[in-house]
Amino acid sequence: MATEPETPVAASAAEPAVPSLVDRYFTRWYKADVKGKPCEDHCILQHSNRICVITLAGSHPVLQSGKVIKSISYQISTNCSRLQNKVSGKFKRGAQFLTELAPLCKIYCSDGEEYTISSCVRGRLMEVNENILHKPSLLQQKPSTEGYIAVVLPKFEESKSITEGLLTQKQYEEVVVKRINATTATS
Amino acid sequence: MFPLTVENKHVAQLLLSTGTCPRCIFRFCGVDFHAPYKLPYKELLNELQKFLETEKDELISEVPNPPPKKIRLQELEDGIDGMDNLSQNGEGKISIIEDGSIASKNSNLNVCNVCLGILQDFCEKEFIKKVCQKVEASGFEFTNLVLSISFPPQLSVREHAAWLLVKQEMGKQSLSLERNDTVQLKEAYKWITHPLFSEELGVPIDGKSLFEVSVVFAHPETVEDCHFLRAICPDCFKPAKNKQSVFTRMAVMKALNKIKEEDFRKQFPCPPNSPKAVCSVVEIECAHGAVFVAGRYNKYSRNLPQTPWIIDGERKLDSSVEELISDHLLTVFKAESFNFSSSGREDVDVRTLGNGRPFAIELVNPHRVHFTSQEIKELQQKINNSSNKIQVRDLQLVTREAIGHMKEGEEEKTKTYSALIWTNKAIQRKDIEFLDDIKDLKIDQKTPLRVLHRRPLAVRTRIIHSMEAHYVDEHHFRLYLKTQAGTYIKEFVHGDFGRTKPNICSLMDVTADILELDVESVDVDWPPALDD
Repeated sequence: MATEPETPVAASAAEPAVPSLVDRYFTRWYKADVKGKPCEDHCILQHSNRICVITLAGSHPVLQSGKVIKSISYQISTNCSRLQNKVSGKFKRGAQFLTELAPLCKIYCSDGEEYTISSCVRGRLMEVNENILHKPSLLQQKPSTEGYIAVVLPKFEESKSITEGLLTQKQYEEVVVKRINATTATS
Repeated sequence: MFPLTVENKHVAQLLLSTGTCPRCIFRFCGVDFHAPYKLPYKELLNELQKFLETEKDELISEVPNPPPKKIRLQELEDGIDGMDNLSQNGEGKISIIEDGSIASKNSNLNVCNVCLGILQDFCEKEFIKKVCQKVEASGFEFTNLVLSISFPPQLSVREHAAWLLVKQEMGKQSLSLERNDTVQLKEAYKWITHPLFSEELGVPIDGKSLFEVSVVFAHPETVEDCHFLRAICPDCFKPAKNKQSVFTRMAVMKALNKIKEEDFRKQFPCPPNSPKAVCSVVEIECAHGAVFVAGRYNKYSRNLPQTPWIIDGERKLDSSVEELISDHLLTVFKAESFNFSSSGREDVDVRTLGNGRPFAIELVNPHRVHFTSQEIKELQQKINNSSNKIQVRDLQLVTREAIGHMKEGEEEKTKTYSALIWTNKAIQRKDIEFLDDIKDLKIDQKTPLRVLHRRPLAVRTRIIHSMEAHYVDEHHFRLYLKTQAGTYIKEFVHGDFGRTKPNICSLMDVTADILELDVESVDVDWPPALDD
């Protein structure tokens, strides 16, 4: 029940699909069942320059049809708001440092459900997406581009190692397939 | 005509007997016209001897010290090797050759105690010829030159000592001596050597010349002459990171200006003692100031970086714009290295069309600098024939100041582009017509993700002055844009995750991406167009 991928499809079947912006510059990495919560899958877009964009994977509950987002908040604790993150200079001083489990934001849905989105990678927080604050539906319409959650800059030395705990596209698809089979098996 | 007069006799006698060469004697006697200095050393010595050969009465009756020449020679022939009354500080130091005869022999071995040989052999034709040979061998092309001579700092100390000595001697005659009454060593050296260099090399000496010949002298034997100054004026000699020795000429001069006469005399002999050897030439170097070549380049490849693309020592893409242009210039100008700069730049996959982008190349230490405009045209042709990835035009020599015009272009002038845009939704001609009517659209661009790793995070406001859309098919159109300098075009098209607002996606309510980008023009009117 993943949302439509944003890979462009040609108008006529004869034309090949044009690789999207994400296809061209990013590698997709996944973390499934983040913090043990079933299906709360995240997708990390890693640019060739090591910058990571944190997004929701298509299988995330928030992106399922029928889900309505009431509000999104970057206030993750009494003392910490991701909106207060200030970064200066070429070396991005002053940024909030994130570990894999660091919370980025909280999503409140109309059905009472609350979801916490985690960083999944270690690094400096560059920015959080303020556009989804004003228009939460953006997150559901364009989760891989305009509906991104945050941008993280890993340490230069760690740029390769951060993906060690993550799943490749193929591995993620296998996980999803397994889930579906498990569900059909039990039903 | 011999430049010294009766007034100078005592000083001249004193200096000669304590080991000072004729030209230095002239300097301390205030001889401030060039001609005497240019005479050959032997001749000067002879003339000086003749001048000093006065009636015994004249000298003896006035000054007891020093003894007349005849007596001195006699004593020498008798082989006396120490004469206290000749030097002021009580030490018997004389610079006299072993075999006893001063005057008649060319005193090559008699090293001047003030100039350490600089105004002896080192300003005469033979030495100049040697230097000029090196200059000619270096392979530089030049029509004038500037001479840069570096003397060892201890010369200032010796000069100071001699000056104090002369001042004292003149005081006895109730005459005063100011600093300006004596001729500086460097001045005299220039008077003698500049015409010799000019003649030998066939070019004038010009202070503004870009071609520099530098000669560095050192005198290791007397290096410690300066050291006593540090104890007396320690703050003049603070160690600086780049300098090998704290005893630089500037520091030594500063200390000499500060030190009191009594303190100086306690530490340093007046007159200075005679060294055993002359100065040595540490280096003779030639260098030419940088020359600048400017032009405009077109880039026709979508696979060529502007500068070499090397990661971890590995070249990722073959060649670069700067190398394709500069390598030829390096060869023809016979330069050591180059610095390439341009009025902005484009990505690897972007072409530069139209009149091209202005660039300037600084050629460092060029050995060849004179080119006719025909030769430059041929050089341009050569570059253009050697590659179809780039082409250059308006290639010309420019001054360093002109570079400012180019950098001005980078920030202030407008650029025009053409972009091939893909849309996910099918479009009709009418869907893109509105773009033609948008004028001076203000956009806010956050630092694009693709450069965020090396640029500060910021929001830049830029203006899209005008656009023109040309329909291609249901999913493609070509967009011509005229924008402010510093606008990220690719991000304006695809929106960069919504971080550039507004963008083509938001304006058209589609998902759009950029397939191709070309720079159509860089609106800088420099360098001047040449009629090729």
